[in-house]
Amino acid sequence: MKTVIVGCGRVGAVLASSFDQAGHEVIILDLTSRAFDRLPSTFKGTALRGDGTDEDILRRAGAEDADVFIAMTEGDNRNVMAAQLAQEALGAKRVIAKINDPLRADAYADLGIAALCRTNLMADAVHAYLDMPVSGRKGILEPTGSHPGGEHHEIVASSTNTVSAGSNVAPGASGAVPSGSQAVPAREV
Amino acid sequence: MFVLVVGGGKVGYYLTKELIESGHEVVLMEKELERARQIADEIGSVVIAHDGCEGKYLGEAGCNRADIVAAVTGDDEDNLVICQMAKHHFDVPRTIARVNNPKNEELFKHLGVDELISPTRMILGSIEQDIPVHELLHLAALGEGELELIEAHLQTGSPAIGKATQDLDIPEGCSLFAVIRDGIATPLRPETILREGDKVIAIGRQECQELLHDQLIGETVPAS
Repeated sequence: MKTVIVGCGRVGAVLASSFDQAGHEVIILDLTSRAFDRLPSTFKGTALRGDGTDEDILRRAGAEDADVFIAMTEGDNRNVMAAQLAQEALGAKRVIAKINDPLRADAYADLGIAALCRTNLMADAVHAYLDMPVSGRKGILEPTGSHPGGEHHEIVASSTNTVSAGSNVAPGASGAVPSGSQAVPAREV
Repeated sequence: MFVLVVGGGKVGYYLTKELIESGHEVVLMEKELERARQIADEIGSVVIAHDGCEGKYLGEAGCNRADIVAAVTGDDEDNLVICQMAKHHFDVPRTIARVNNPKNEELFKHLGVDELISPTRMILGSIEQDIPVHELLHLAALGEGELELIEAHLQTGSPAIGKATQDLDIPEGCSLFAVIRDGIATPLRPETILREGDKVIAIGRQECQELLHDQLIGETVPAS
């Protein structure tokens, strides 16, 4: 499956390398090329320098037909925006954003983005290790709704898109470098 | 009217000041303590020195009773999240975001931000009034330089819109060979009907460009 990862920090790099080793197509983005030093020398995927909150750059990274899109930068908001771009504007299939603020993580799970919340994850891990009662708050909050779009709206709960996403993952077209939209970059200088 | 302003840069500062002067209730959130103190010294205790992106602090600032939330930080992603949290989590009736990258406007609208203010777009608009932008774009010189690769972006007013390529009066020594539509490049056939928004790619000699311009872009309107 085709995976786009935004942010080549420790977690991003570990994920990129493990997905790559498992035989998946990986494209990883970061603002600085030095970040890619974290990738092992055996990494066979693509490392791309660029801003993951810029639609053009995400397009170039192939987010449009990504089966999995993971936003892993150190900023909650950058992750939220990258994830929403991928999901709403580009149509990536499964989208995960690291959102460390539990309140924001909840809110965006409601809006259809799987939220990975390090705060919940680590707090519960510590509790569990010390045999203290855990909060039960999830490390990854499943998307429980979808983004309504438009102007005045209410959050519509739909249970459908939480499960269905995984089933239509098509491994085909792997390795194919972006489609027709790439005919233009010459002009963007 | 209770307005919550997030971001204590120049825009946030003057906005808060003006709003107070015109008698509104205002709270300004600025995450940098030093800057927050500095503003509070000048305009009084309306400043909360916390990150307005953080749900907890938005709540403490009274976001749930705000009539308007204006997100005016310098970062688009922060402004988006502030507005979305205000809208979806605190039911604020009206959200306003400053957008720096004009390309983000569409996404922000789609994601439910009520109003967008884009300084970049405004300045751009103002410049474009003075400079005719509906011009042929020279992409590259070919051969010895007598031929050029040209792009024409068909916009409102172009006489070519709605016409088939074969019905255009294309000057001799010039050839239209591709059209980019919705980001996809396709070869231009004689029967292709041109549409607004198309980018037509042509190769031609320098001297036929004026005619090509009239056909694809329209007669030059002198800048007012």
